[in-house]
Amino acid sequence: MNEIIDPSLIDWSRAQFALTAMYHWLFVPLTLGLGLIMALMETAYYVTGDLFWKRTVKFWMKLFGINFAIGVATGIILEFEFGTNWSNYSWFVGDIFGAPLAIEGILAFFMESTFVAVMYFGWNKVSKKFHLASTWLTIIGATLSAWWILVANAWMQYPVGMEFNPDTVRNEMNDFMAVAFSPVAINKFIHTVLSGWVLGAAFVAGISFWFLLKKRETEFAVASLKIAAWFGLTASVLCAIAGDGSAYNVGRVQPMKLAAMEALYEGHTRQGLIALGVVNPDKVAYNDSVPPVLLKLEIPNMLSWLVGRNIQTFVPGIKDIIDGGYPTTHGPALSTAEKIKKGRIAVDALAHYREAVKEGNADRAQLNRNLLKENYPYFGYGYINKPEELIPNVPLNFYAFRVMVGLGSYFILFFALVLIACYKNKWLSGKFFQWVGILTIPLAYIAGEAGWIVAESGRQPWAIQDVLPNSAAISRLGVSSVQTTFFVFVVLFAVLLIAEIRIMLREIKKGPEGEPV
Amino acid sequence: MFVFSRTIMMSPIRKIILFYTEGFRSMNLGKTLWTIILIKLAIMFFILRIFFFPDFLKENNKISPEDKQDYISSELIKRANP
Repeated sequence: MNEIIDPSLIDWSRAQFALTAMYHWLFVPLTLGLGLIMALMETAYYVTGDLFWKRTVKFWMKLFGINFAIGVATGIILEFEFGTNWSNYSWFVGDIFGAPLAIEGILAFFMESTFVAVMYFGWNKVSKKFHLASTWLTIIGATLSAWWILVANAWMQYPVGMEFNPDTVRNEMNDFMAVAFSPVAINKFIHTVLSGWVLGAAFVAGISFWFLLKKRETEFAVASLKIAAWFGLTASVLCAIAGDGSAYNVGRVQPMKLAAMEALYEGHTRQGLIALGVVNPDKVAYNDSVPPVLLKLEIPNMLSWLVGRNIQTFVPGIKDIIDGGYPTTHGPALSTAEKIKKGRIAVDALAHYREAVKEGNADRAQLNRNLLKENYPYFGYGYINKPEELIPNVPLNFYAFRVMVGLGSYFILFFALVLIACYKNKWLSGKFFQWVGILTIPLAYIAGEAGWIVAESGRQPWAIQDVLPNSAAISRLGVSSVQTTFFVFVVLFAVLLIAEIRIMLREIKKGPEGEPV
Repeated sequence: MFVFSRTIMMSPIRKIILFYTEGFRSMNLGKTLWTIILIKLAIMFFILRIFFFPDFLKENNKISPEDKQDYISSELIKRANP
């Protein structure tokens, strides 16, 4: 019993997965956002018949293609990692993870690959209507693919719609709708896709500003800017609203993540939201008396309202969650010690059940099966040795959350100013504004990655919330083999990224093909 | 006239094949991108998958579902807090 896994194996495997996922996420949001902008531009061409729009959409389609080509299949590496580094997890999640990923694969293959070909090869060969339909179907296919991936991710944050089968040692889906349409999945999809739209708009705006800076293709740049600004403003406002929904869900199903995001150790009713602050590096224990945040600027009552839609809602802090006893909708919260005890009962019941089945002792098997079912919601706590293991990295979550929210607010302001600039014919020729526009592109990438850091590092130590920690999910591999693949990926991803940026910059410098219409 | 009748008489499958072959042939930037895609897929499937990312359970001779269930359950039980 208790064969401890080397903690550095967990760290390196997590680092490898994070590197791959973050690299993958450089391409996905641009596909989602730029794809939709392209489809809107082509719709303008279809409706007006103006060749200006055809030339415009073909330029953005070229950049979309570069991003698509470099990004395509990078997600498959994550699936390799599941089978090698996270084999316990892969077996344990069973068809719940497999089904959405299979649907995603089929959709991506048939829908995207078919219509992408028509999109690129079909100009002047298929009708305008069919071409437009292909462009829309490409982006709809990409968005639906994202849906299924995010369903799988949401299930890890909020595991529902399944029952654990101790015979197969797998979670088996018993309610597809609960998995596919859980509130966490819906909100995650909306928030994530909208963040991709914001990035797409920032990308189009930034490159359009570059043309204005170079005093080239002014009409093309201003027309692209107008669409990017309308689209970006709408997406960034909706993304903020969806973010509010995310905070509500996190408060409900992952209170420890919320507490880490806020560096909240002792909760209250009428809890404020920290707008700006510095995490106190002297805070070393969850139950010491050191203040967790220095120099904070707080919005009164806001966190209570976000979590419960009522300023009297009690928001538990890290210490409250560990000690338990605070009010929840199901009565007083269990302490971590109680959850660990239940988790231990669940793991023991699994062991005894399997022994009983092998012995052919049906009564003992049934007794332990019932015990396992009763305590299964706390199964993962059976692997927790001390409460501190349940606390995610507080400074990382605190700062990543503020980077995401701060940049989200900036995007609303930025796109609103760009709109005013376009329609009032102001500022567009100003170098400062042009550079702000160009530099907004990397900021949009940073915001998206920061959001994923909060989502994923905030749920540590769990691979599946409350049910399976990383220490149980991981394969028993040598640390050196994981380190090797980590550095192989660093090199491979760096080469691919440099190739993409070089090709992208070269094509941007060329500008739209042909003479302006 | 010949081109016209050939187009009219082409089967849908032939039209699709022609659509793709002409599309690929007329690519400029696309050729570079396809080269990158093919190199990347080759690295992923013929190097990474085979040498660095084998199926862990198969590698450890856990081939049948029963072997896998026994192995995973024993791992989950062994790693738990005593």
